[in-house]
Amino acid sequence: MKNKKRLKRGLRVLAAKLPLLCTLLVLASCSTSEEQTVVTFTDLVLEDNFDVDGAPNAEIWNYNIGTGENGWGNNELQYYTSRSENVNVQNGYLLITARKENYEGSGYTSARLLTKGKFERTYGRYEARIELPYGQGIWPAFWLLGSDIPGEIWPQIGEIDIMEYRGQEPTVVLGTVHGPGYSAGQSVSKRYELENDRFDTGFHIFGIEWGPEYINFYVDDVLYNQITPDDVPGEWVFNHDFYIILNLAVGGSFVGSPNAETVFPQTMLVDYVRVYQSNIPNN
Amino acid sequence: MMKTNIYKLICAGILIGFTACERPLSDDVEFATYASNGDVFLDGFTAGLNYFPFEGSKLDAFTVDADVSYDGEASMRIDVPNFGDPAGAYAGAVFPTDSPRDLSGYDALTFWAKATKAATINEIGFGNNFGENKFLVTKTNLRISTNWVKYTIPIPDPSKLVAESGLFWYSEGPEDGDGYTFWVDEIQFEKLGTVAQPRPAILNGEDVEQSTFTDITIPITGLTQTFNLANGINQTVNAAPGYFTFETSNPGVALVNEQGVVTTLNEGTAVITALLGGVRAAGSLTLNVGGAFELAPVPTRPAADVISVYSDAYTNVNVDFYNGFFEPFQTTLGGDDLNINGNRIISYTDLNFVGIQFGRVNASAMTGLHVDLYIPESITLNDNSFIDIELQDYGSDAVTGGGDDTVSRIKLPADRLQTGQWISVDIPFTDFTALSNRSNLGLILFQSSEGLSELLVDNIYFYR
Repeated sequence: MKNKKRLKRGLRVLAAKLPLLCTLLVLASCSTSEEQTVVTFTDLVLEDNFDVDGAPNAEIWNYNIGTGENGWGNNELQYYTSRSENVNVQNGYLLITARKENYEGSGYTSARLLTKGKFERTYGRYEARIELPYGQGIWPAFWLLGSDIPGEIWPQIGEIDIMEYRGQEPTVVLGTVHGPGYSAGQSVSKRYELENDRFDTGFHIFGIEWGPEYINFYVDDVLYNQITPDDVPGEWVFNHDFYIILNLAVGGSFVGSPNAETVFPQTMLVDYVRVYQSNIPNN
Repeated sequence: MMKTNIYKLICAGILIGFTACERPLSDDVEFATYASNGDVFLDGFTAGLNYFPFEGSKLDAFTVDADVSYDGEASMRIDVPNFGDPAGAYAGAVFPTDSPRDLSGYDALTFWAKATKAATINEIGFGNNFGENKFLVTKTNLRISTNWVKYTIPIPDPSKLVAESGLFWYSEGPEDGDGYTFWVDEIQFEKLGTVAQPRPAILNGEDVEQSTFTDITIPITGLTQTFNLANGINQTVNAAPGYFTFETSNPGVALVNEQGVVTTLNEGTAVITALLGGVRAAGSLTLNVGGAFELAPVPTRPAADVISVYSDAYTNVNVDFYNGFFEPFQTTLGGDDLNINGNRIISYTDLNFVGIQFGRVNASAMTGLHVDLYIPESITLNDNSFIDIELQDYGSDAVTGGGDDTVSRIKLPADRLQTGQWISVDIPFTDFTALSNRSNLGLILFQSSEGLSELLVDNIYFYR
């Protein structure tokens, strides 16, 4: 294992390729280099740049439809559809749009795309370039869920939230893992906050690099967290296949309900989703 | 961070060095930009900042307080007077600079504030320099508390503020008659980078349709800009017309100038809309322009026999408001809006009911109420159509409530109404049967039947 890429948890690091002279001068003045490589996996195995207008590529994406059980387990308020009003590819972007409308007994509609049964994999670098929506009760996410294992249920199957965001906190995203003994409110999580910027006014890259016994979380060129088996108070369940989910929830226990101040519709714009396979041996 | 700052300082030093080597500038050179300093009050007045209290305000309400501060040496202290303070009725001042600043690189005015009690500052903002106030920004009803909190007043469109001298202003009166003290500190323009999702509006975001006439002017009101802040709050401020670009759909029918004032030219329909910083503002004004307007009959009663609330023919008593908001059922928009060649007319749209508060007026010696009404819409009146007129006397305490108010209303039924022409009514006080007192008259209220949603009002006066 290439441990030189491992980081101390919580250490914030800058990308090597920052071109600014001033930054370099500051870095050069440090006694020991804090330069770290954000990503190391470069062998692309899945790429969707959303280049074809219309419905998303059916070879990659499935949909969850409806309200799930108990609002997908979180008291979420939206009804997921695959209608073009809620999910559509336009001008090189995937648009997932949450609307305030009465539909099949729900007060909101939105969409949830997943690669279950189409792309499921162990380890690798997963990243997406996204411009997020905003507003109280808006809850977009880019995440991985463990593939079905006979006889086992969540959280034993594992969950890696590459990016979660509360619309009422437009400068903050969270990267989180859920497993047995550390799920929901006890999940292992870290915030990443933008300084003098926010996530709903431009595109940002959200990614993880996941190998045996570590998951590195990054936003743009900043590696902001690493989670290893030592960091979780339970079994490490991230050594099997996972699939990708992109969704935009409305309401639910994580964000609370929208209020009169929430502007609808809200759209999550996805420029691309890419997966690079792990180059670490034995996977 | 420290290293970066030192580096910047060194860079600045080098730049200064170079500047000193250059030849002096010719007298013909016109400076394109002003100083971009965003500091207003940190530990004291920044260079060139002045204090000018409003006329009628407590002139010494403001002091620099060296004992209280959020950060550093001192803060601004504002002592709001009690009701009835002979030194002034409220605390209000502008803080302009001697020479304008270029604030286009910032996105908000920020400050820390606290008060001796939880309170609501009536108006606070920037862009007021006792001059044109072309880029005035006002946050109304800012809630403050007893601990220091940072507040953000976004700039509706920073690109407009290349030469702004009005850096800060406020106006606050007693709360429930009581004065109190609030402090403001670390007032500065900042580039937060998190002021986002602009949602400008005209007419408070409403799509208003209005019947009107040629050769009149109508100001576009309800101009606001709303941004979402880093804390998730949508912050709405009132923004001067100067921030907006107004448009007309039909320049042959109605024009709109850069102050947001519409002038109707010919019969037809025109829609007035606006942009702010390239973003389409919510709200519009659709004008159905009819022919030339006939003014209300000019009153002929001698001034000595009249107490006038609203008329160009008489001296009027003070009017507190033309469209008091009664939550939550009132829909009425408009007020003292219409001006036809210097003749002022009250204009209401979306009318269900509306109150005008004035005075108080002692009409004990008067015998009746006169009012001129005009229904501009070409609607069909039926047996259910009516306009109610209500008078309220506030009693000896001269304020609403208190158990001494008296109220009475009369109905103008359909057979007394007409559209497209003035309806002049004289109503003897004896018709307001429940109005037992009229020595503290304070409110006249109009209520209309459903479908009768536009009304012009002129010449409201009491006569004998």
